[in-house]
Amino acid sequence: MSDMNKKTVDPGKDNRKIKSVSRMKEIMTHYYIDAKTARESGKKVAWITSGGPVEPLIAMDVIPVYPENHGAMVGASKMGVDLCQKAEEMGYSSDLCSYARADIACAATQGGPIGGLPEPDFLVCCNNICGTVLKWYEVAARYYKVPLFILDTPFIHREMRKEAQQYVMSQIEEYIAFLEAQCGRKMDYDRMTDVGRLAVEGLRLWQAVLDTAAHKPSPITAFDLFFHLGLIVTLRGTQVTVDYYQGLLDEMNERIANNIAMVPGEKYRLLWDNLPVWYKTRWLSDKFASHKACLVADTYTSAWSGVLPLIDEDRFLETMSLSYSQVYINISHDMMIDKLSEMIRKYDADGLVMHSNRSCKPYSLGQYDLQKMVMEQLGIPTLIIEADMVDERHFAESQIETRIDAFMETLKS
Amino acid sequence: MMNPQDEILKKFQTVSENPHEYARSIKEQTGKKIIGFFCSYTPEELLQAAGVVPFRLFGTARDIELAESHLQSYCCSLVRGGLEDALRGRLDFMEGTVFPHTCDSIQRLSDIWRLNAGFDVHIDAVMPVKLNTPSARKYMVDVLAGVRKDLEKSLNITITDHAISESIELYNRIRSSLLSLYRMRSRKPAVIPQSAVYHTMKAAMVMDRAEFAKDLEALVASLEKLPVKDVETVRKRIMLSGGICNQPDIYKIIDKAGGEVVWDDLCTGLRYAAGFIEESNQPIEALANRYTRRIVCPAKHASITARGESLLAEVHKQKIDGVVFLHLKFCDPHAFDYPYLKDFLGRENVPSMLLEIEEQAPPEGQLRTRFETFIDML
Ligand code: SF4
Ligand code: SF4
Ligand code: SF4
Repeated sequence: MSDMNKKTVDPGKDNRKIKSVSRMKEIMTHYYIDAKTARESGKKVAWITSGGPVEPLIAMDVIPVYPENHGAMVGASKMGVDLCQKAEEMGYSSDLCSYARADIACAATQGGPIGGLPEPDFLVCCNNICGTVLKWYEVAARYYKVPLFILDTPFIHREMRKEAQQYVMSQIEEYIAFLEAQCGRKMDYDRMTDVGRLAVEGLRLWQAVLDTAAHKPSPITAFDLFFHLGLIVTLRGTQVTVDYYQGLLDEMNERIANNIAMVPGEKYRLLWDNLPVWYKTRWLSDKFASHKACLVADTYTSAWSGVLPLIDEDRFLETMSLSYSQVYINISHDMMIDKLSEMIRKYDADGLVMHSNRSCKPYSLGQYDLQKMVMEQLGIPTLIIEADMVDERHFAESQIETRIDAFMETLKS
Repeated sequence: MMNPQDEILKKFQTVSENPHEYARSIKEQTGKKIIGFFCSYTPEELLQAAGVVPFRLFGTARDIELAESHLQSYCCSLVRGGLEDALRGRLDFMEGTVFPHTCDSIQRLSDIWRLNAGFDVHIDAVMPVKLNTPSARKYMVDVLAGVRKDLEKSLNITITDHAISESIELYNRIRSSLLSLYRMRSRKPAVIPQSAVYHTMKAAMVMDRAEFAKDLEALVASLEKLPVKDVETVRKRIMLSGGICNQPDIYKIIDKAGGEVVWDDLCTGLRYAAGFIEESNQPIEALANRYTRRIVCPAKHASITARGESLLAEVHKQKIDGVVFLHLKFCDPHAFDYPYLKDFLGRENVPSMLLEIEEQAPPEGQLRTRFETFIDML
């Protein structure tokens, strides 16, 4: 029996609770209310992919809505299986990305945790994360009969070629022109500059929050980061986001000062790869904590700020588009391994846990090769968990539990 | 003595059933280099102009073992099977591979391949995904020019405009003959069995192209002379739609079930044959036009309804009674389009069915029952 099932008295529990959580919930609630009542307040709503440049939308006063964030909510509220099945009844294969399946079903049934997303006035799809979003947004464009803008960011196998850079840059102009046409007014470039600065500030603060996990013991785990990530994705480029992350950072620094560990008695430090398993974050977090293992960082929540060094705030639009083309998931394995190694060193990780996520082929295919590279080049143990981020039918709990226990045994020995 | 057409068809079938053996022999006989590719967005015309034989890879369905340690099970059989072939050394006749950007799985395969398969030549052609804007077209031109340079560098040769123009002419000849063959067969299905068209298509993607063009033209000419009438058959006219098809048996089974495959929207079928290239003095631009304008594959974007519209247009033009969607399991681009294509057809009362192929097609008996049920319903 693992000790996670034992009820023990834990006096430090209240200390470990992150106080910013309630503020985050408050902001997100307001945000969804705003989005849901956009029509009444005369604002436009755009659906946008998680890796897409949201800043121009903010500068144009458009409310951005993220179907992927919604997908995560579906997963976390354990409504994934039901919605995925609905999509399958509509003819969508059960092998498709479960975010897409869940979202398509929500739109058709007004179902899910918030009764469906607010309808879009137009769609912005950036394929720097996958080809799935292109197909998913085509489905949405047909369903809602609204215009679709595609920002096509060529995949980087070895280098980002000059012609690819030019292509992306010319699309940024097209993007702005598209927004101007949709909104019926010109872009205010002064405003855009301000939004750009706020975006960079937000990204810096977010990175600083991530960096606090380098402290031993870590004041935060990747499981917390999955939650706090929300704003850097959805409301990047706003003051609210900057303030929020400043608050979170202060809180983390205070914890460090008071030596508060998120995982009491932290002994092992692990890195997580790929999206969270949304419906099992609590279970996984308890499971690892029962082994005194803290997931200190992950490749997913660091993807947004990972491109910070490439952004120049004085040439924001230009450098933003190029840097967003180079996000973690839009580069080859041999480029990924460099970033992974850097993280392993920075956070002094003892092991790597990879979620092989059958929903997300671009993130998962190639993990076996990465795993080998990590073991050979860095000599740390690795564990692969086969699962799915939203579709619980692909989570074999007892098998995964056995594998985690065995992995932790190798770490301990 | 066989008829000339039978002789040619026999040759195509032999190549199609054993492409690797063909490739080895052609390499030995002509000394030409062979470069593999997976996807019909590969600018083969440039490979041909470089003096190499472009060789389409179909993957193997047989015992995937070595690929298992590089690719998860939730990945299409083309990608897994292709890697298996490479890792087992079955493709040792190849100099290397060209990977155009298409789906997420191929994108990842390219890197796994580059890092593990050990070929000398590896070219990524990261083409645009959207094809309907001027900047995308410009980028397509740039990518094609890049492939040309990459080929020159890796093979240590120069590819002249003249060579590209010649290659374009050759491909136009091949494609227009393939289209004639399809049209002839749609008019009078009795002229040759559908499986013969299948083998012809497959040969088109692996044979030395000049040799193939000659054979194909002779085939079409002699078939045209056959005294087969344009009869309305009582058999149901079926169109296949999907990605690659490497299942010759499917044609036979549909045939036995009372259907006649007369048209397709397959990437190893008409989508490969479609798209004439202007013969101009700007060959790269002309190529870019073909690759941006031809019938779109679901991994690319022309408009949100482009595929549905072109499917319906062909259904009407070819008087199709029913459509069979043929997908490889785990193929995202095709799976995403299926509900809407089915819906497009349904609105005009065109019945359709979906056949999803895992590593191997379902057993014949089961397939036959499914096709019979479908065809009876038409
Ligand atoms: S989970 Fe993966 S496949 Fe799905 S939308 Fe995100 S990046 Fe794309
Ligand atoms: S279906 Fe599309 S992506 Fe797949 S091989 Fe054919 S052209 Fe390429
Ligand atoms: S387009 Fe489909 S069949 Fe072709 S490689 Fe990609 S997943 Fe496989």
